[in-house]
Amino acid sequence: MGFPNPSIGGSAVQGALGPGEHGSAPARGAGRVRGRYLTRIAWWLVFIIGVLYFFIPLYGTLDFSLKSKPFLSAYTAILNDSQFVSTLTYSFVAGILTIIVSVLIIVPTAFWVRLKYPGLRPIIEFITLLPFVIPPIILVFGLDNTYGTQPLALTNSDNGLNVLLVAAYVILSFPYMYRAVDTGLRAIDIQSLTEASQSLGAGWIRILWQVILPNLRTSLLSGAFLTLAIVVGEFTIATFLSRPAFAPFLGLVGDERPYEQAALALVSFGITWVAMILIAIIGRNSRSRIRVTVG
Amino acid sequence: MAFLELTGIQKRFGEVAAVQNFDLAAEAGEFVSFLGPSGCGKTTTLRMIAGFERPTSGKIVVKGVDITNRAPNQRNVGMVFQSYALFPNMTVADNVGFGLKVRKQPKDQIRKRVGELLELIHLPDKAGRYPWQLSGGQQQRVALARALAIEPQVLLLDEPLSALDAKIRVSLRNEIRAIQRQLGITTVYVTHDQEEALSLSDRIVVMSEGRIEQTGTPFEIYNFPSTGFVARFVGTLNVVSAKVLDPTAGTLETAGQPIRAAGPISGGHSGDSVTVALRPEIISLGAREGMNQLSGVVDDVTFLGSIVRVRIRFSDGSGAISFDTFNNPHLAVPDRGTAVTISFPPEACLVLDRAEIAAAAAPEDPDAA
Repeated sequence: MGFPNPSIGGSAVQGALGPGEHGSAPARGAGRVRGRYLTRIAWWLVFIIGVLYFFIPLYGTLDFSLKSKPFLSAYTAILNDSQFVSTLTYSFVAGILTIIVSVLIIVPTAFWVRLKYPGLRPIIEFITLLPFVIPPIILVFGLDNTYGTQPLALTNSDNGLNVLLVAAYVILSFPYMYRAVDTGLRAIDIQSLTEASQSLGAGWIRILWQVILPNLRTSLLSGAFLTLAIVVGEFTIATFLSRPAFAPFLGLVGDERPYEQAALALVSFGITWVAMILIAIIGRNSRSRIRVTVG
Repeated sequence: MAFLELTGIQKRFGEVAAVQNFDLAAEAGEFVSFLGPSGCGKTTTLRMIAGFERPTSGKIVVKGVDITNRAPNQRNVGMVFQSYALFPNMTVADNVGFGLKVRKQPKDQIRKRVGELLELIHLPDKAGRYPWQLSGGQQQRVALARALAIEPQVLLLDEPLSALDAKIRVSLRNEIRAIQRQLGITTVYVTHDQEEALSLSDRIVVMSEGRIEQTGTPFEIYNFPSTGFVARFVGTLNVVSAKVLDPTAGTLETAGQPIRAAGPISGGHSGDSVTVALRPEIISLGAREGMNQLSGVVDDVTFLGSIVRVRIRFSDGSGAISFDTFNNPHLAVPDRGTAVTISFPPEACLVLDRAEIAAAAAPEDPDAA
């Protein structure tokens, strides 16, 4: 028996050593380098698995869509289909309206709760999580029952149904939008910023619009991305409310024209990504509306 | 009528009384500091002036107008925060001009005023920078300019230098004082740093547990503390046990040696045990005619840069006293173990009453309170 040689065993031995018995510097250095190397390999593995998980289905879809004869006929067919543009436009408009309404509801609520009633946060969080618990089919039947009769018979007109659809999507977007905004609010000292604005004479609307919102830009963008993606791909509510949205159209095409459905999925995927990039660019370029130059 | 008046201010958070019986009258252009340990109610009082907290009772009047129930954005009170609270999405110029924009002032006036203020804080070339591109000291100067831009009736500063390093703190506090004097703006400054309060203020309000302990000029607060808390909190203090010999003549005995207070010991009787407080800087080394003298042995010598602090211990083991001498390389500092005599004037003896004795004896870290 004897004391372990500090130079052998590297970092594993070091933990067992008393003061003044640490491993030699080269051994510690080698252990650290090996640890960093293993960490890097682990990260690359996770990254590669993630990339494969994301791209293999896309590749499968692409491969399937290209099997149509003549070559690329699935793509030309859907691009020439007038319903493709109209349903996609409808879903995008619904998505943008959903984002606007969500921001108008969520930002002041999350701001107020954080600033004045932090004790209410768990309750608000629970409410925003309800869309994960209540399936869209339940939600749409509830909406249909509530708004199918007077005094708020919204299901009797196209505009009424459009309002219901956006309202339902706003509810679906709650978990994503609230979390994004709440995380953003946590990152800034909203109490000091609010009080500083107040001491300078600003009212609540100006504080929200010029001080809080611009500092939530990144959070709002991520919430907006998720909301847009959900709205464009949402099937159940749009179908049951008989709305000319993209997801029901995708389902309809899939029933009769499988190659075209695959092409449609890929094209819509690409368009959604382009839309998200556009939102990101617009969001990055928008600055505070106040501009003071000196000199 | 004073420019800023706080009358009978009380603030309760549930059962806890954060501020009690707070009265203050500050004149126009006066620099008043609220000094006290954390949790003493100084920031709460400042926040009530700003309008961020509503007093449970009492009245706040600025220039004859009762603002107690006004919203913060209708008080015309500028505030500088410990955390700077600059708007991260705006440039320096935008930050400084924000209050003027809120007041819907013409663009050219805003531009002119922002330029003037950036000159005032010596950052004219930083107008286009964002807060994260500035140092802490620069950010706090911008925060000061932003608060001054709206020409507030009262300027409030909530521990504005706490987050800065020591050197910048000293230079910035001098800058704040110079700007305040230049603009003649009534200022309330909150700090737990006695040096800051003493060096900046026209008047200091020393607070403890939500109450005012003493209000006075820095000279009065330091030299004539009215309570044990003030004596202990402001400056360093030697606390020694003594026995009253003759209360009328003001004579006492400590460490078996007679000393004399400046006047009669009120409420004291012969033989009573009392506590005497002595400031270290008023004690000098060596026997001096007409002064109190105490003999002891040098226990420790500490170099503090320009000052050397010497601690002597009394031979009867009754305690120790520290005193300061200037660090003069041509004068010898006594070695440890050397028998020495120290002298101090009778006016330096602060005889504390019994309630104050307990407070003075309790060691307390102002930052930890």
